[in-house]
Amino acid sequence: MEWDWSYTGDIIPDLLRGLRYTVIATLLGYLIAVVLGLVWALLRRTPNVVVRQVVRWVTEFIRCTPLIPQLFFAFYVLPTWGLTFGKLTVGVLMLGIHYSTYMAEVYRAGIADVPRGQWEAAKALNLPRTRVWLDVVLPQAVRKVIPTLGNYLIAMFKDSPLLLAIGVPELLTSARSVGARTFEYLEPMTMVGVLFIVVSVISSILLRRLERHYATN
Amino acid sequence: MPPTDTTPEKDAAPLRGSAPGIRFEKVIKRFGSNTVLRELDFTVAPGERVTLIGPSGSGKTTILRLLMTLEKPDGGLIFVGDDPLWHMDRGGKRVPANQKHLHEMRKRIGMVFQQFNLFPNMNVLRNLTEGPMRVLGVPRDEAVERAKGLLDLVGLADKIDAHPSQLSGGQQQRVAIARALAMEPQVLLLDEVTSALDPELVVGVQDLLRDIARQSDLTLLCVTHEMTFAKDISDRVLMFDQGQIVEEGPPERMFGEPSEQRTRDFLQAVLAT
Repeated sequence: MEWDWSYTGDIIPDLLRGLRYTVIATLLGYLIAVVLGLVWALLRRTPNVVVRQVVRWVTEFIRCTPLIPQLFFAFYVLPTWGLTFGKLTVGVLMLGIHYSTYMAEVYRAGIADVPRGQWEAAKALNLPRTRVWLDVVLPQAVRKVIPTLGNYLIAMFKDSPLLLAIGVPELLTSARSVGARTFEYLEPMTMVGVLFIVVSVISSILLRRLERHYATN
Repeated sequence: MPPTDTTPEKDAAPLRGSAPGIRFEKVIKRFGSNTVLRELDFTVAPGERVTLIGPSGSGKTTILRLLMTLEKPDGGLIFVGDDPLWHMDRGGKRVPANQKHLHEMRKRIGMVFQQFNLFPNMNVLRNLTEGPMRVLGVPRDEAVERAKGLLDLVGLADKIDAHPSQLSGGQQQRVAIARALAMEPQVLLLDEVTSALDPELVVGVQDLLRDIARQSDLTLLCVTHEMTFAKDISDRVLMFDQGQIVEEGPPERMFGEPSEQRTRDFLQAVLAT
């Protein structure tokens, strides 16, 4: 089996189209995860014990079950209840929701890490609850967890091929259909690896810059 | 550039007067099975400056933390001025305070902490304007002017844009003092404010507080192990042991000729270090 460069060149446009879906799904899913994760973390600190416990068990359940059945559930079961979404929408939402439960744990640790003296100083200044969170606690908590949050972007990127299960035309799906057409899988599957590594490495470099930026400022 | 000479209160504002007194009535505080304060009674007159001394674990810091509402008493009443701190009147009955009442009461009280507790994510200016703007509704320009006046007072006008991590411990504590004063409290609580400082930085902070104590008519409650400072700053010294007042009196007598053996032992131990 020999590597065919001209074949490789021919399939690149198809793969890049797939990569575009992969990147879009990852970024949108990440956006959802970052925001929703913070919402979970904050709800777990509300005075209302019912809300706290419900959020705790729901997020625990989502976090401890695999993404694929969650995708199937959203894609096959929800429409029977009259909730129909496109493939990409379902993929993005479920990727985001799944990872939001991990992010919630990250935020939770960051918040727990803010020294007690900060809460006490905020109280001594009589700051209202929302200002304590927005001006004092969250800026410090989030800054501490930025590296971890960044790592989840790459983790989500690497998990995005799971969207193949519900037929989102992402990178791995494109590679597979190219292979199915030509019966040559070496080049498309290798290129999937290459493209993933290129994007991951570029993202890590950007993330590390971001970290340094927050570490020095 | 707005004219700055239209703010005549610039110098006078931070050190406003008409301070309330403080009264503890049979106050109880427990931590688990450990009773830190047992039915403690004491009074601080309006504008009086009182230092609490005593061995660690004797309940001094707990008194300040109860006043700042950082801890909740298990029994008794605490008055700041004429109003109970942890209770309020509802239909002629005394009920536990709600958040609104605590918020109103806290406006009278400011605290400076042993560990400074400046907000590291804000520069010095923002540390000083956050409270006045967010809590007291002071307009931005006025809050900035007030902050500048206070930074002059504590001798750190040039550090207005610095972040806490760029300051020495002594400088951080001066900013923390300015931050507390920016809220124009009537009662100021000082919790071992020089204990975390390097020895050579202690004097500067103490001098500053001495000036503030002299110029203002704040009611001042101070917990310290620095006996010279206590002597300089206070009208009265309370000696605590095991949640009770062992002895009290003017600093000259307390440090010169204490009548209780417990006080003598304590002073000897402190001065020996």
